[in-house]
Amino acid sequence: MNELCNLTAVELGKKIAAGETDAVAAMQAVIENIEAKEDELNCYVTFDKEAALKRAKEVKKLMDEGKLSGPLAGVPVAIKDNMCTKGMLTTCSSKILSNFVPTYSSEAVINLEKAGAVIIGKTNMDEFAMGSTTETSAYGVTKNPRNTEHVPGGSSGGSAAAVAADECFFALGSDTGGSIRQPASYCGVVGLKPTYGTVSRYGLIAYGSSLDQIGPLCKDVTDCATIMDIIASYDPKDSTSIKREKYDFTSALKEDVKGMKIGIPRTYFKEGLDGEVKDAVLKAVDVLKQRGAIVSEFDLDLVDYAIPTYYTIADAEASSNLERFDGVKYGYRAKEYDGLHNMYKKTRSEGFGPEVKRRIMLGSFVLSSGYYDAYYLKALKVKALIKKAFDDAFTKYDVIIGPVAPTTAPKLGASLSDPIKMYLSDIYTISLNLAGLPGLSIPVGKDKSGLPIGMQLIGDCFKEDNIIRAGYTYEQAVK
Amino acid sequence: MAKNYETVIGLEVHVELATKTKIFCGCTTEFGGAPNTHTCPVCTGQPGSLPVLNKQVVEYAAAVGLATNCTITQDCKFDRKNYFYPDNPQNYQISQLYLPICRDGHVDIELEDGTKKAVRIHEIHMEEDAGKLVHDDWEDVSYVDYNRSGVPLIEIVSEPDMRSAEEVIAYLEKLRLTIQYLGASDCKLNEGSMRADVNLSVREVGASEFGTRTEMKNLNSFRAIARAIENERARQIDIIESGGKVVQETRRWDDNKEYSYAMRSKEDAQDYRYFPDPDLVPVHISDEWLEEIKSRQPELKPEKMVRYKEEFGLPDYDIGIITDHKKLADIFEETTAICNNPKKVSNWLMGETMRIMKEKNEDPENINFSPANLAELIEMVDKGEINGKVAKEVFTHVYEDNIEPKKYVEEKGLKMDDNADDLRKTVEEIVSANPKSVEDFKSGKKQAMGFLVGQVMRASGGKANPQMVNQLLSEILLNM
Repeated sequence: MNELCNLTAVELGKKIAAGETDAVAAMQAVIENIEAKEDELNCYVTFDKEAALKRAKEVKKLMDEGKLSGPLAGVPVAIKDNMCTKGMLTTCSSKILSNFVPTYSSEAVINLEKAGAVIIGKTNMDEFAMGSTTETSAYGVTKNPRNTEHVPGGSSGGSAAAVAADECFFALGSDTGGSIRQPASYCGVVGLKPTYGTVSRYGLIAYGSSLDQIGPLCKDVTDCATIMDIIASYDPKDSTSIKREKYDFTSALKEDVKGMKIGIPRTYFKEGLDGEVKDAVLKAVDVLKQRGAIVSEFDLDLVDYAIPTYYTIADAEASSNLERFDGVKYGYRAKEYDGLHNMYKKTRSEGFGPEVKRRIMLGSFVLSSGYYDAYYLKALKVKALIKKAFDDAFTKYDVIIGPVAPTTAPKLGASLSDPIKMYLSDIYTISLNLAGLPGLSIPVGKDKSGLPIGMQLIGDCFKEDNIIRAGYTYEQAVK
Repeated sequence: MAKNYETVIGLEVHVELATKTKIFCGCTTEFGGAPNTHTCPVCTGQPGSLPVLNKQVVEYAAAVGLATNCTITQDCKFDRKNYFYPDNPQNYQISQLYLPICRDGHVDIELEDGTKKAVRIHEIHMEEDAGKLVHDDWEDVSYVDYNRSGVPLIEIVSEPDMRSAEEVIAYLEKLRLTIQYLGASDCKLNEGSMRADVNLSVREVGASEFGTRTEMKNLNSFRAIARAIENERARQIDIIESGGKVVQETRRWDDNKEYSYAMRSKEDAQDYRYFPDPDLVPVHISDEWLEEIKSRQPELKPEKMVRYKEEFGLPDYDIGIITDHKKLADIFEETTAICNNPKKVSNWLMGETMRIMKEKNEDPENINFSPANLAELIEMVDKGEINGKVAKEVFTHVYEDNIEPKKYVEEKGLKMDDNADDLRKTVEEIVSANPKSVEDFKSGKKQAMGFLVGQVMRASGGKANPQMVNQLLSEILLNM
């Protein structure tokens, strides 16, 4: 493997800035690696070598002319396939968008391109981000680079696996219920779901609009903060975008947790949690304690209600968000049909996979007349209560720490047969989406079979600096 | 003996707002344009695109609500109405169900016989318009044009308070005039910027329960509305009289055939699965913003009528006609501001302007001349620079081509001729050329005088000062 591939994004950026290498060489290194591993891993849905090299050359030219610089200028990046990329196939890993080429790029991608990052291609995911294993993709499963008999997690499985396999230097993912943090945990990389409203959703093909948030998957916390500096922005094109006081995340990269109050929710460590995962996370908490953090246990209410609440809201929104895929304007259309309604029916029956159909049906049901109050409206009320439970906790703690997922990555094929079990595995991550909170997933060891274990650091809204600081301190301590 | 029936009518009125850009994106709302040229990722429902609310829509909707005595919902929300149809690019329409911007208003109407009545408004909500389907008659293909997709609409929903076509038309006229005064829409029924759906049921006079109602669509003129109401009332009474039951359904009016047919019944009614649009944040209309909107409310017809009486001393009749159209009132005020002669301005508007408009079958909306030109014309008559006949002729050109009267009169040589010597010569010529008329006059036939005046005017090319002509003629004839 080309040595460049071992570098983090920031390390590579520094080397490029110093003239020790350049955007094209970096892209070539990544391409070599992709060509060697992709047959087995399948991280990418769309990867066009020539186009990627062309983009790298354009960036190199601008950098040579002194028109472009920055910490990530010239660094190759992978984009989850649910973010629009102008002129580049964007499928959401679904047959229904098998031929969809957007006319515009999502805001997060534009921000990256302005900073000089070079797009390698589009990564595999669960179809429309619905799934926790990247097995619901219409373009084949992605395998976990740490152990190819296991899933990489999902839905941003392609992005996490690409980072873990050095098939990119960093990647963008999206997180609606844990879709960045859980695959980061399964693949042993760093992933951040920012506070809702921090990264523009413009151009992100919606799953659950009120929960979706774009964030980085990367090799370490330094990369994570650096990427956040670039992709976070106030975007008037996204009504849910929030104008933050500052967009500086890298200043939180400090090795200092003295006096930081860390809360450990007992409910996150009860039955259902794998013993090895539990031990690894608590051991990591001890590391922070040794560095001066004040750690105490507490009870976080309503955790048990998070899953039904989440699936009610996310599926309701999804059932409406996915209505536009109808064969009329873009994407797949059934070959043979008889009249308009038959065209809709066949296009959607053939174009969507089973998990997407299941969630559209669930979502349509909870919104239907006579059930709206009992399901959707009630879910919104529980959502507000969950937010309040976290608000209360954050009056006492700076950071809340727990596991990312109950187990390490399951074996390929083990989850799809039992969707409820798959839904339950989201228990530790989804509350953050319901409450809009930021969450950082960092690797804290491996289980007996060598599969990575992740720790989740939860911050209050707009307090990414606390979790970045804690994550960075841990990372430096165990280096 | 036939029973007596009462018609119960409620209206749903859609009004296209006069914003420059669409409700959720920056595309122009301009009518026309090649198909799909006034579009962007948002109004064509591209994956990943997001709506951003145009604040002007809120301001217009609130202005209409204030003018119709509604309560403004200061925290309102948008909801998605889910249904599949190709003219609706997202397959959901962004509308308002749970918290519409305006509620509980009323419009006061007055009928021909002077009866006054308040029609209550249930709510006014904001929503987006759909695109347009174009069916190819030659090939088995339909196309869709999204230029209209995302054009802002308000829907004004009345209570079932109207009892006749006359009340419906009075309500619609009042609504239209109010909205035009606000500048919120041009409200053209024939172009679809104002569309009314009629909910109608009948019941026996004195009954306390409403009958089953139908909803009538595709009504493109006040005439069509009136005829559809009569027709639907008769249809429902026929059904009831023959022992049947009215079916709750949506019907479509065919104005050429003067009848309606069922589009869909209540059984086919879709479940729209309304829920709050998560892509939009709730709309908060702060007290300050609401005050600002209030302070910008223009003077509406009732206040204008009072002011015209006090400020200009116009007769009630004039006031009624002029304030009945915002455009006429605007022209009146602007012209009066220049020439300071309200009654004369009113005369020109009610006389010649109305006459030409009627002749050309046009609306006051079509008036294009500038008030400055009308003011100039009035001043020229006042100063005796042209006579009344010439003035009328010049005005037709003002109306049609917005010419500048002074320049025009000079170019065409239409200035009033009051050179007494020249005129005396012309009069003498006419008198000696018409001995028969002179004789008639002397023998007491006074109408002969009129004939002679006409002859002199003609000889002067219409430019002679009529008063002087009269004076000179009498003088000469008496001395003969």
